[in-house]
Amino acid sequence: MAQTPKSSVAEEQPTLRVQGPPAELERVPLVANNRGLGWISDRIAGVVEGKTPGWWKICFGISFTFMVVCFAMILYLMSTGVGVWGLNHPIMWGWAIVNFVWWIGIGHAGTLISAILFLLRQRWRTSINRAAEAMTIFAVMCAGIFPLIHIGRIWFGWWLFPIPNSNSIWPQFRSPLMWDVFAVSTYFTVSVLFWYMGLIPDLAVMRDRAKTRIRKFGYGLFSLGWTGSNRHWSNYEKAYLILAGLSTPLVLSVHSIVSLDFSVSQLPGWHTTIFPPYFVAGAVYSGFGMVLTLLVPLRRLLKLEDIITVRHVELMCKVTLATGSIVGYAYAMEFFIAWYSGNPYERFLFFHNRAADPFIFGPLMHTPPAPYWWAFWTMVTCNVIVPQLFWFKKIRTSMLIVFFLSILVNIGMWFERFVIVVSSLQREFLPSNWSYYGPTWVDILQYLGTFGLFFTFFLLFLRYVPLIAIAEVKGVTPQADPHHPLGGAKPGGKH
Amino acid sequence: MPSNTYALMAEFETPAATLHAAQKVHDAGYHNWDVFTPFPIHGMDRAMGINNSKVGWFSFIGGCIGYATGMLMIWFMNAHDYRIHIGGKPMFSPFAAFPPSYELTILFGSFGALLGMLFLNRLPRLHHPLLKNRRFAQATHDRFFVVIETSDAKFSDQETRRLLESLGSRHIEWVEE
Repeated sequence: MAQTPKSSVAEEQPTLRVQGPPAELERVPLVANNRGLGWISDRIAGVVEGKTPGWWKICFGISFTFMVVCFAMILYLMSTGVGVWGLNHPIMWGWAIVNFVWWIGIGHAGTLISAILFLLRQRWRTSINRAAEAMTIFAVMCAGIFPLIHIGRIWFGWWLFPIPNSNSIWPQFRSPLMWDVFAVSTYFTVSVLFWYMGLIPDLAVMRDRAKTRIRKFGYGLFSLGWTGSNRHWSNYEKAYLILAGLSTPLVLSVHSIVSLDFSVSQLPGWHTTIFPPYFVAGAVYSGFGMVLTLLVPLRRLLKLEDIITVRHVELMCKVTLATGSIVGYAYAMEFFIAWYSGNPYERFLFFHNRAADPFIFGPLMHTPPAPYWWAFWTMVTCNVIVPQLFWFKKIRTSMLIVFFLSILVNIGMWFERFVIVVSSLQREFLPSNWSYYGPTWVDILQYLGTFGLFFTFFLLFLRYVPLIAIAEVKGVTPQADPHHPLGGAKPGGKH
Repeated sequence: MPSNTYALMAEFETPAATLHAAQKVHDAGYHNWDVFTPFPIHGMDRAMGINNSKVGWFSFIGGCIGYATGMLMIWFMNAHDYRIHIGGKPMFSPFAAFPPSYELTILFGSFGALLGMLFLNRLPRLHHPLLKNRRFAQATHDRFFVVIETSDAKFSDQETRRLLESLGSRHIEWVEE
């Protein structure tokens, strides 16, 4: 340990001194209370390393039970046939497709946070991206179940993929349903790749902290021998940027293609050119609702308030507000086009079969209430009115209200898909074909079962993987900035 | 220098000190050396003289292969091997084939980016001399390390140690092979 000779750089006096902004214009820091780098590791890794909390065991027990219900319902469906669902002519797409679109929409917030906000240099994303990406993966898993099991003869599900079969027939690639297969499977794979790549440095953190042999081996294996070398970081950051750049067009295409399943058809209510952007906005809206539903209680339960700060929650509320307003605009535009197109079927569907309630608009239009008027107005309340509450700072900063509203967002978006799928099919061109649709107990348990699947995986994720990107959060603190006094910089930002 | 050594490792406490040290080590003309940090430090690539990463090429080639695969696959399946007539439309049209090809572009491009990154970093690797070092475990926590390998042509017992000491490192130690 020799004495340090004076460095020549230290003696240079700064020629230009930049004044910091006044205190009231300072941004709220991304990590509250000026926490150090080591504290961030300890806090986040502590969630995984600590004793299993009681609430975790209870939640896991419930989730696991529902997951078993999910598989039991699939088994019942397979052994009996799709007749166990409430589907009947003319409503051949019911809850299965509603749930599929809903779950896959939820996934979109994770990719928006991890990819689009990264490209837009929104540094606050680092506190929430890991958990949101995990949510994406598990939501897409839940979504993927439904198209697979709704095909009737599930054992032929592999015909969806271009695999040679004994009939020597290939899939038909002009169908948007076929595009969907590629979009969803690519989405799942790329989300997993992106998530895993982000995890590599954090698994190395867990490996270096591990006390038991099993943990050392497990985390060591999956961290691939990561050392934190800057030559590695250089390639890593480039790969991360590219994956973000690829995920952005991917996430926009996935829900666009899902919407093409509907809009390429000839059915009023589905045959709409506005669908792709409208579906993407709705997907991000519902996804942020789910991120809030998950993270608002978690930051409290896991004592992560310094990392997922009130500012983070506020910013998420603002994204919800923005996308919710786009969704509201899209609803209005659908009605305008239904009126302006002069297409009687389109007008009938939107005005008489969706909006006509028994109290105000139905009587005004001299029309009997639409069979699903309650679904339509639940959707409007939750997706158009509720997000507007996020204009108020008091509401955005009250965690209890945010949590409650985020659940309404989820409910609203489920009803949106229900309205689109069911009310369009249910009164088709021939009045003699008109019918009403309701789910059976199998439909309901199947849907609840996917919640079990989702939360089982999410709880396991919380318990075994750092739920916040440790390296990324460290990187956005002032302590990590070599040109900041807290990062050891000398006056004038010199290093 | 003890026998069987891999490198000389110097510990630093702030990113600014590390960045400064990296700049000086680079200026001194070393080649087999590296900086180990818990997170990427802004400006470190330039200080170390690292060129732009080549991961982009892997991703680009992956994407091209993906797009070609999609187009060729759909042409082969629907227009060549088993021709399917759909509403009197052409057997093959690049427009209907575009969405799956687009997805495959992204899929193969992403694999290119991840596998390219791992290939360029020579990962996964099961063993690294530094990972055996007790002190080095802090490199994923809150410490920063500058490591100069003994295999470097410029490496010299005293000179290298003196350089690292002059840069303000509080702890310098040998790393075993």
